[in-house]
Amino acid sequence: MGSSEIDDPFEVLRTSKGYEIIDDQGDPVVMVLGHKNVRRCAHNWKTFQSGAEPGRIVVPSEVNIRDTRQIPFEVDPPEHTEYRALVEDWFRRPLQEDYKNELKHLIDDCIFVALSKEEIEVVEDFALPLQSRALTLLLNIPLEESETWISWGTHVFRSESSKLDKSKANILYDYIDGQIDKAIENPGDSLYHHLLNAEYQNRKLTKEEVRGVMILIFAGGRDTVINYITNTMAYFADHPESLSLIKKMPTVANTAVEELVRYFSPLTHMGRVATESTTVCEHAVAQDSRISLCWASANRDDTVFDQPNEVILNRKKNPHVAFGFSHHKCLGAAHARQLMNVLLTSLSEKVESIKVINQAENIEEWGAVHRKVGYHSLTASFRPK
Amino acid sequence: MAKVTFITKDNQEIIAEGESGSLMGLAKAHDVNGILGDCGGVGSCGTCHVHIASDDFSKAGELTELEKDMLEFEEHVTNYSRLSCQIEVNDVIDGITVSVVN
Repeated sequence: MGSSEIDDPFEVLRTSKGYEIIDDQGDPVVMVLGHKNVRRCAHNWKTFQSGAEPGRIVVPSEVNIRDTRQIPFEVDPPEHTEYRALVEDWFRRPLQEDYKNELKHLIDDCIFVALSKEEIEVVEDFALPLQSRALTLLLNIPLEESETWISWGTHVFRSESSKLDKSKANILYDYIDGQIDKAIENPGDSLYHHLLNAEYQNRKLTKEEVRGVMILIFAGGRDTVINYITNTMAYFADHPESLSLIKKMPTVANTAVEELVRYFSPLTHMGRVATESTTVCEHAVAQDSRISLCWASANRDDTVFDQPNEVILNRKKNPHVAFGFSHHKCLGAAHARQLMNVLLTSLSEKVESIKVINQAENIEEWGAVHRKVGYHSLTASFRPK
Repeated sequence: MAKVTFITKDNQEIIAEGESGSLMGLAKAHDVNGILGDCGGVGSCGTCHVHIASDDFSKAGELTELEKDMLEFEEHVTNYSRLSCQIEVNDVIDGITVSVVN
């Protein structure tokens, strides 16, 4: 296996029974693995709800580290629809030309730094700074704020000693509370202000609701974007011809963004809680028990994708679910897509090749299944054009 | 060359002309409100759902399996539903009228 390859550890389970049961802190999860079943369960919010106890639909569960409900992520229709409508336009700003140009400046700066060094550790010194700086655009706040987020490390909830670190999570929650208070005191045009001025059911959002939206944005878009960027660098290290292809045919970047996110599936799965007793793949699912929608497995389903374990940058039909599916599809997808599109294009213009010097893979363990989701570290050298 | 009439949800009528690419691409090039095409046309997002005028439906060609699977989970699906990213702009669709669903 080349350094950038990500295999499909769910294949046998998906084709034999279609699900796998894993334990998560004593609250088991039935992982749904096939593409069609994943989409069907994601669409059926009445039976498989997101609006359970805050933190419970996340796997591993976060019920022991937070009480705040993430919005609109942990809410079901019709309330979900109303909450989402408040932020939908804001999260489409990445499609604007000005936003794209500002992203390009940030990305070109990161590439310049990478090219100017003998070697660079991609996770900490490229992906994390880029993800953090780009987030200032999404929030419409000064670039300098990203230095605080970079100092938090690669996952706001996880430390090296523990998968779920409450003290680390509290750093984020305390920070967000402080930022909301600042926004209340000082008028402005950031996302904080947008939320504080938004009207929901003929009233202003509460501070707790604003907090819930902001926690979602910080937590949901951090590991995922960092893995997306880092895995892309590893892929180009193995496939310099792909950089040449995008340079020669820039429109390939559009389909490449979709194909790489399908192949990487930076978020392996997301849970739901059953509101009634039901079945999935002929397996009984009890009321108030959990299932998860395994995006990573669905994205390798060979009943849907030709050559699912190959990266085909100009794949035309690609109904992947890497950004989720149905009501709860990723709010930050437009931002992630734009960031990756600009990154692929800029890399193809400026970088001849990337050489991996050493790496430490990030392997998730879901019961007996081990899945590579990215890297703890990836040291590489960048060769300019 | 194909001339296509888009009708948005707020009853705005936009006439667009094109020679190639997808109907979704044509709509986006003419800023047709409600056609988002987030995934660029690979059939992942379902944000380019349209209803083809009944008289024009056959001109748009057969639904692909990908479209059928996607439309199964969309809101406001009718017998004339299509994903505009899966419809090719060519002489055959000249003169059709499509209503934007979202």
